Amino acid sequence: MITHELPPPAPPTAGPTLPRLLTAVGKQHTTSAMSLVAHRATYPMPPMARRHPMESYIAAIEQAGLRGRGGGGFPTGRKLRSVSEGGSRPVVLVNGSEGEPASAKDVLLMSRAPHLVLDGALLAAVAVGAREVFVCIERTHLGAVRAMEDAILERVQAREPMVPVRVVDLPPRYVAGEETALVHVVNGGEARPTLTPPRPYQRGVDGRPTLVDNVETLCHLAQIIRWGPAWFRTQGNADEPGTMLLTLGGAVTRKGVCEIPVGMSLHTVLSSAEPSEEIAAVLLGGYYGTWITAAEARWATMDNAYLRSIGSGLGCGAVVALPASACGLCESARVLTWLAGETAGQCGPCVHGLAAIAGGMRELAAGQADLRTLQDLHRWGGQVEGRGACSFPDGAVRLLRSALRVFNSDVARHVSHGPCTGARRAPVLAIPKSSGPKAWR
Amino acid sequence: MSFRLRLDPIACDGRGICADLLPERIELDDWGYPIIDPASMTGVVLEHARRAVAACPVLALQLEIVR
Repeated sequence: MITHELPPPAPPTAGPTLPRLLTAVGKQHTTSAMSLVAHRATYPMPPMARRHPMESYIAAIEQAGLRGRGGGGFPTGRKLRSVSEGGSRPVVLVNGSEGEPASAKDVLLMSRAPHLVLDGALLAAVAVGAREVFVCIERTHLGAVRAMEDAILERVQAREPMVPVRVVDLPPRYVAGEETALVHVVNGGEARPTLTPPRPYQRGVDGRPTLVDNVETLCHLAQIIRWGPAWFRTQGNADEPGTMLLTLGGAVTRKGVCEIPVGMSLHTVLSSAEPSEEIAAVLLGGYYGTWITAAEARWATMDNAYLRSIGSGLGCGAVVALPASACGLCESARVLTWLAGETAGQCGPCVHGLAAIAGGMRELAAGQADLRTLQDLHRWGGQVEGRGACSFPDGAVRLLRSALRVFNSDVARHVSHGPCTGARRAPVLAIPKSSGPKAWR
Repeated sequence: MSFRLRLDPIACDGRGICADLLPERIELDDWGYPIIDPASMTGVVLEHARRAVAACPVLALQLEIVR
């Protein structure tokens, strides 16, 4: 197995300033992946270790205060430590599913900076003592699958020391990216969540402790090992240090992936993305996220400490600006209908509850709802929350509640006067094609 | 020793027998699936709970020890 030690302590300013990850992605107009030679010019192979790389890597990530960038925001150092102390030989599983329609950052990293992703995964493997790495990618993201496979081959041919890395393709389903579903796929099962506990960090691939980390998280991990925790903390704030990738969409001119220090003002983010028209509300965290009002977006900072205080969160970093000409209820009804179709179909409250919620929202959007429908929606939200094997239905309920809160004046208007003019506008939030009921492998 | 109920929502298919046998701790949602009160149980309620667990045709209901 490979053993590395930390590079010599670098001064905090030695690494790239801003952007960090997007520098590794390369020039904006190129579409090809960065080669191993080009990557190694910035990220030299860490020297072989003499002593205790596991402990030094885990300590570095703990000191850096890195938190998962896939949506959960869990401290990565704590996860590394739990997995490394799990008893048997751990496994590393890279979550590159990116089933969230409003997010594009992980696919961008895998397609353009596959070696940074591999560095992160292999360094995480050293940190926890794993001898196997799996990279899970939705098979519809062909460019990412190919770039990761090519990068692995490139390393094998260059005889770089590494543990076996295997790309595992996932069916294009939202819940396939849930961590127990990933483990289930690698174990030869369907891409559907399983009952917890045990969680993957306790018992995952082959029953062994499994580190499941998002692609962006592992890229930050690689940079922390390269430039040190002090460098990492020169951006962001004390509780949530570092930078993060956002995927901007909706009523902005500059759509796509950008990188910000955690804690940046959302107003600054949106103004530099150049709004194309007046913004009525913002969807944070994508289709699995929450709506906030334009007034809240004016004062919000992009960190979980602030966003949780207004009932929202960063999630995967997707930010969609809803133009004032659109109808938030229609948009939410379409997203909830899609989410209902993305259920794994295993738990009754998720299957029936999300379908009922989506139906109620469609009535509301179409101006066919009455007060009874509203009561039903609130009751169903309460009945579905916390009742699935995974947290997928909880996300749908969060979106529902935020829609009823943020668009409450529209709710009243739709009930009393029928649908608004926004209902006739072209939809803002794109809905992926449903992959049909049988695509679980 | 006290116990509480744990449901496997994947296994459960909403037959609702448990709610008939243990209305003290289980009610059904709008679609007939059990909503479990996770409070700990002893005595007579625990006896009813054991009966509900045993009656579940898909073994979705379990008793776990409260530590």
